[in-house]
Amino acid sequence: MDELGRLPGIGPKSAQRIAFHVLAADPIDVKRLAVALQRVKESVRFCEVCFNVAEADRCKVCRDPRRTDEVLCVVEEPKDVVAIERTGEFRGRYHVLGGAINPLEGIGPDHLRIRDLLVRLADGVIKELILATDPNTEGEATATYLALLVKPMGLTVTRLASGLPVGGDLEYADEITLGRAFEGRREM
Amino acid sequence: MNGFRGKLYRDDALVLRGQRLGESDRIVTLLARRHGRIRAVARGVRRVTSRFGGRLEPFGHVDVQLAEGRTLDIVSQVEGIDLYGRHFLDDYARYTVASAIAETAERLTPIERESAPRLFQLSLGALRSLSADEHAGGLILDAYLLRAMTVAGWAPALRACAVCGTNGPHPAFSVPAGGGVCVDCRPSGASRPAPSTIALMIALAEGDWRTADGSPAPARREASGLVAAHLQWHLERGLRSLPLVERTVGRGESV
Repeated sequence: MDELGRLPGIGPKSAQRIAFHVLAADPIDVKRLAVALQRVKESVRFCEVCFNVAEADRCKVCRDPRRTDEVLCVVEEPKDVVAIERTGEFRGRYHVLGGAINPLEGIGPDHLRIRDLLVRLADGVIKELILATDPNTEGEATATYLALLVKPMGLTVTRLASGLPVGGDLEYADEITLGRAFEGRREM
Repeated sequence: MNGFRGKLYRDDALVLRGQRLGESDRIVTLLARRHGRIRAVARGVRRVTSRFGGRLEPFGHVDVQLAEGRTLDIVSQVEGIDLYGRHFLDDYARYTVASAIAETAERLTPIERESAPRLFQLSLGALRSLSADEHAGGLILDAYLLRAMTVAGWAPALRACAVCGTNGPHPAFSVPAGGGVCVDCRPSGASRPAPSTIALMIALAEGDWRTADGSPAPARREASGLVAAHLQWHLERGLRSLPLVERTVGRGESV
């Protein structure tokens, strides 16, 4: 129960519930879970190119020859790669920073994989850099910092559009979101 | 029915920081005008469909309604008064300064719900000035830190000797002694800042912006070092954001 309680989002009550569920479960199911957990830890690592999660030295995206090398999408975490891949819209490569600049938490540019990004950009193959950090204060600041850093290299630097979510009501939009939506309006 | 069991209360507050909680919630730290520092849970604000997630981003001045909870209060409604954070989104240097202001405000209010109206007003003024780009970010930060230390009772002595009280300004500065020190009281290890540095610190502490804006870059560098050293001496541990602050003279020119 103590070990389960160390997992993120699992409080003492949830840990107790999971522990009793495991006790009551079929031994085969429990063994399958234990093997899966062990396999994750043994075989999953970070891609040596983009720092996405991978089961080999390079992740699936970096190994795929059908993807273009000219467009690179910068994200904060591997889970953002999963979210963008779900759209099926992007056919370029990724670079996972490992977080966002957050001075309040003591996280500065040196704590992220920005140096590795600059190394990837140095050979001139990448023509466009898409900054897909989270649309919050830390993500925006990180995108601003990266844009300042890489623009002198002559790349096209773009930022994901932000605005109103599909399915929402205009009256409930906050000022920043609505302001962004106005800035990014398009001709019809 | 409002959906919240706890007693509701309302205040205007500055959003100092947000920390992820669970799947889509956030714990926000607020500095409220009447209620002091509050930590509260904002449910679902990390979802893109959140009605008030954008208003609870750091550095905003908001009108907030909270419900008292057992451990943490719960944010029930938020309206933006002035969301200063949006002015820093495309200015990295000002973002780092705003972060240092927010962290200082949080560290100088160690007890939750203890009213700190002077610090609230000071923090609000600093963020407002920073968002309006009235002065160089580094100057706004140092002025804020000096005045925040005054509110906390740690103001460095600048016009008189920190030890004997003899009128100055004096040529030496000692953080452990409490600021400027005269020749007779000067302890070993005291620094000898340039007279323009002490003049700048006095100007920042007293709000003489004409002098501060016209100060030379070396004086600004030295003053910020002394201010940071004085602050860190009084805090049990240093500010994490201070080493990450990008100081500029005004329009992108580094100090």
